[in-house]
Amino acid sequence: MSATSDTPTPGPGLLGASTRRKRVNRLMEVLATAATGLAVAVLALVVGTVVVKGVSAINLDFLTDTPAPFGLPGGGIANSIVGTFMLVLVASVIAVPIGILIGIHASEFARPRVSYAVRFALDILAGVPTIITGIFIFGLLVVGHQQSGYDGSIALAIVMLPIVARSAQEVLGLVPNSLREAAQALGIARWRMVARIVVPSAASGLITGAVLGVARVAGETAPLLFTSSIVSNSVSWNPAQALASIPVTIFTLSESNSPQDHTRAWGAALVLIVAVLILSVSARSLHERSRRKLRG
Amino acid sequence: MMEPHLSFQRQNGMSSTDPQSTTNDAAQNAGAAAPQVRATTDQSSDPGDRAETRPDPAGPGHRVSVADLRAFYGTTEAVKGININFPAHEVTAIIGPSGCGKSTMVRCINRMHEEIPGAHATGKILLDDQDVYAPDVDVTAVRRLIGMVFQKPNPFPTMSIFDNVASGMRLTGNKGDNMRERVHKALRAVGLWGEVKNRLNSPGVGLSGGQQQRLCIARTIAVEPEVILMDEPCSALDPVATLKIEELIDELKEQYTIVIVTHNMQQAARVADSTVFMLDGGVVEHGLTNDIFTTPKDERTERYVTGKFG
Repeated sequence: MSATSDTPTPGPGLLGASTRRKRVNRLMEVLATAATGLAVAVLALVVGTVVVKGVSAINLDFLTDTPAPFGLPGGGIANSIVGTFMLVLVASVIAVPIGILIGIHASEFARPRVSYAVRFALDILAGVPTIITGIFIFGLLVVGHQQSGYDGSIALAIVMLPIVARSAQEVLGLVPNSLREAAQALGIARWRMVARIVVPSAASGLITGAVLGVARVAGETAPLLFTSSIVSNSVSWNPAQALASIPVTIFTLSESNSPQDHTRAWGAALVLIVAVLILSVSARSLHERSRRKLRG
Repeated sequence: MMEPHLSFQRQNGMSSTDPQSTTNDAAQNAGAAAPQVRATTDQSSDPGDRAETRPDPAGPGHRVSVADLRAFYGTTEAVKGININFPAHEVTAIIGPSGCGKSTMVRCINRMHEEIPGAHATGKILLDDQDVYAPDVDVTAVRRLIGMVFQKPNPFPTMSIFDNVASGMRLTGNKGDNMRERVHKALRAVGLWGEVKNRLNSPGVGLSGGQQQRLCIARTIAVEPEVILMDEPCSALDPVATLKIEELIDELKEQYTIVIVTHNMQQAARVADSTVFMLDGGVVEHGLTNDIFTTPKDERTERYVTGKFG
């Protein structure tokens, strides 16, 4: 009885509320969809522009030739492609093992408060403008010496480290605690449990983090400007010398006043963006696979 | 002087069972030579298959006594000073409503409780005469002697069926050259051999829930513990799988001392020799299972087992 008296009379009141709610709902939906559309459109515009402007520069010679002497037509960016490969390789050799070890420490060994502090520090490091990293390495290693690929790689490794470490910490956190309990209950020592059960369970996630780090630093310009930018036009695989790189080459070519150089800059940008897209997409699919596997 | 019993007892236990396992292996190899016969009998839980692997009750067995145990999460006291004896070669069930501290108490026995950040325990837990909380005791040795089976089956996802069972042996640095035989023996002991013998190298997580739980039990007994703790081992399983685990518990008690936490009172009645009723961090009543369920002394026990609360 009281229930019926408490219930508002069904009718205009109820209907009014519902149409108003529907309108707000609709508005929010449209705004959110528009924002998403904008982001996708920007991505499409960037990729599209680079493709349209750069594709005319791309041919086999562009990828395999060294730059033409100043003022002459033709020539390619082979030295930059090789240089970026070497710079990123050395940076990965430094940052991936250290980053994964930091992630393991924070996720498996540190107390919760320490783990939180480590995460905070890594986030700050990830937020340091990369030009600062470049100047830091310049002041620390380059001044008084010459630029070298190693200096550039160290600067890139500093940019890469927090990306690898944070993603390692996160994917290790996805490993179900029940596996750790199972291992502990068998009397398996902690470091063995981490090395033989936790890390293998998260392996593809750890690789994903490393690949994302590679994709990120492959396009970094600022850390290389002071550390590995004064380069010769010949192909060099030796990180003890300053190495050319695609991002710095894009920067240099776009500063030039020759239209051919601008086309070459777009071509180099296309090479870079394709490489980064391939890395990102393969990292994503690896990540999906590892999540599925962990869910059993 | 306290000798470091818990760090070397495993080896003693192994050597004493070695002759036994050799004869069993011979019998098993003979059986494996006739796969057709096996295939017809292995599908159902084949008691003969297990009987040949089952040694006679090994000696006096091992008992566990809990004395003045208090367990804390931070400052919250979850177990409030309890004393229980778990006799050798018996199944003891722990029943009680959610949050009464029964899982916490059991996790104190193999020192898993202290793995939770902020958790600690005081009191004594004696395995035979040795306090597992004594300062010179190696916690991994405690856990090798007191195995544990969890609520949800948790096989290692990166490992095959074989590697799952072998993991305890391999990763505790206790390899031994008869690894294969010991893995096969553990799988036979849990009645899983017939179902998995042709796919030992496929992933353990590919098995059904009930099979996974038996795989986890095989993994636990492969390291040859003395006591097995089970924390609601059937709560994630269907009735048929539950029945198989219960039959298995009945066989395992001939070799091990078993403590099982359960929410299911029928299960306690079916598998346990004695039953402990816990409430609010304390033991209300501990007696023969039959007495607890038919003539409980405490009114609260009676109300709980008749379903009036909890």
